[in-house]
Amino acid sequence: MMTFQQIKNILNDKSPQSVEGLAQEAARTTRQHFGRAIGLYGPLYLSNFCSSHCTYCGFHSHNQIQRMKLEPEQYRKEMQFIHAQGICNILMLTGESYKHTPVTYLKEAAVIASEYFQGVSLEVHPMQTSEYKELFTAGVDGITVYQETYDRTRYAEVHLSGYKKDYDFRYGTPHRAAEAGMRQISLGVLLGLSDTANDVYALYQHVRELEKSFPGVEYSVSFPRLRTVKTEALAICDVDDIQFVKIIALTRILFPRVGINLSTRESPQLRDHLLEIAITRISAGSNTSVGGYTLLEEKDQDPQFDIKDERTVEEIVQLLKSKNFDPVFTDWRHIENTL
Amino acid sequence: MNIIINGKSQALTTAQNLSDIVSTFCKQSRHVISELNGAIIPPEQWSQTLLQDGDVLELVTFVGGG
Amino acid sequence: MTDTPLVIAGKSFTSRFFLGTGKFKNKKDLSDSIAAGGSQIVTVALRRIDLDHHEENILEHIPPHVTLLTNTSGARTAQEAVRIARLARASGCGDWVKIEVINDSKYLLPDNQETIKATEILAAEGFVVLPYISPDLYAARALVKAGAATVMPLGSFIGSNQGIKTKEFIQVLINEIELPIVVDAGIGAPSDAAQAMEMGADAVLVNTAVATAQNPVVLARAFALAVEAGRLAYLSGLPLERFIANASSPLTGFLYDDIPTN
Repeated sequence: MMTFQQIKNILNDKSPQSVEGLAQEAARTTRQHFGRAIGLYGPLYLSNFCSSHCTYCGFHSHNQIQRMKLEPEQYRKEMQFIHAQGICNILMLTGESYKHTPVTYLKEAAVIASEYFQGVSLEVHPMQTSEYKELFTAGVDGITVYQETYDRTRYAEVHLSGYKKDYDFRYGTPHRAAEAGMRQISLGVLLGLSDTANDVYALYQHVRELEKSFPGVEYSVSFPRLRTVKTEALAICDVDDIQFVKIIALTRILFPRVGINLSTRESPQLRDHLLEIAITRISAGSNTSVGGYTLLEEKDQDPQFDIKDERTVEEIVQLLKSKNFDPVFTDWRHIENTL
Repeated sequence: MNIIINGKSQALTTAQNLSDIVSTFCKQSRHVISELNGAIIPPEQWSQTLLQDGDVLELVTFVGGG
Repeated sequence: MTDTPLVIAGKSFTSRFFLGTGKFKNKKDLSDSIAAGGSQIVTVALRRIDLDHHEENILEHIPPHVTLLTNTSGARTAQEAVRIARLARASGCGDWVKIEVINDSKYLLPDNQETIKATEILAAEGFVVLPYISPDLYAARALVKAGAATVMPLGSFIGSNQGIKTKEFIQVLINEIELPIVVDAGIGAPSDAAQAMEMGADAVLVNTAVATAQNPVVLARAFALAVEAGRLAYLSGLPLERFIANASSPLTGFLYDDIPTN
């Protein structure tokens, strides 16, 4: 594990040779541990009700958007659509609302999702271990929770109200999920929100801590970059493509077996290049609006973030195959989650 | 009576306590550890511990080792 | 640059070189080697007193400030190791114990499972337990849970002087286990000890190499220096691997094209 200074030096070195060297080492490591398999998943936004005010998010509690929460018959339609595209791993997302999308709501969604998908993950509000256990037995295998930034001061600046204000509770979320039995846990930082080297280093420390305490879990990390959402950009520092590629390559080198995810926030061209370097999971055919797949016209949709990669699942599969990648929809048949 | 000390049978003509046994049989005085019939007897209790016929006594001490 | 002390069970040590006391030709070599090497922790064993011959008490040759670590050598099961540990404690010389459970006369490999069992029992009785194992991450984790004070993975077979044959596996323990990692067994030369310390081990335990050397006292000093050198090298942060790019198939040329990707 590198020191903070070593990571900072690497990220600040913008010479083409250093980026290329890092990328090649990352590519070698990725091929060695993952072959050319790329995992595909699809996001499903169940609700955009949110009680937290996070200044950088399209869903935040003070934003005037149409609030929607899907009922079972509605999200079933969305699920059917996603399932019909071939997707076998679903990531269900909600805004952070303990009131509108409580555990009971999420459990029901998990049970129904299990009818259509082999892998069910959630990216929702942080919960207690007992609640994660309930979700686990209801069919959830994975939890995604990004700390956004590990800088407490900055964290407090951008999380103005709601439960998300509690830095420590959020930090402990992956630990509680792992304790509950979750098999896959995904962490991340929102690049641009705070000092890049600090956040990348702190993320690595967080993963290391989890690896030591919960060695059986499959970890993955994401590095979403702040993007515009209808309003102005909120990044305090620009994480350009060179730095972005370095972060991803360095992560692969330091964590040979951890999954690295890239969302549709990034352009198709960049995604394609990064697939050659270190990415092992991508979303496909995504829509980041509640009801966006089948229920709402595009003009009525309020996306969480603007999608840059709008290729359909089929287009992604063809592209991957044309580049000699191995698109993997699922690693397993249905597993009954028992405590 | 007969007792076994460190695997060898010893005949005792008179009744003895563990303190006597240790000073009789051990040439060293310090760092003797005694185990009588599987139980460790701390030095404070040696004088009160009377040996009986058939007792199995182990007297061990520290030696060089890795 | 100075090091932080090695802390085991709340006790601080400035030396990271542990010395075993077995196989020395004579007691003077032993006491001089302890002094030359600066060891603050030495291992001893328990044996039946030889009633027919007067043996000099080994403890007379070990300075009082040195922490005694009784090795349960001879134990083939957890129960036997527990018995030996309790006997050692009854001496009043401390309750630090190195658990060595071996039921293999060919390679002298330790039985990890029995070692874990013994650790559970003895740690619960308040012993300071330093278990000797084959480097195995699951065993090490079980030992942490069982209450061990350190984990002591073998470098190579006892007495073999082969050096660090289990490097990658020891590195895993150093990376993943929060307890001090003491590399024990098989360290044949000071360079082996330096290598272990450079990897990030917290200490090393050496016996055969020193005890059977032509000049044990000088070699003990060499080991002490090697342990310190390796430790300083580790603390200094050894230079980063350079990642060399192969010019023929660039992956990142696109970053420098004029066409923006975002």
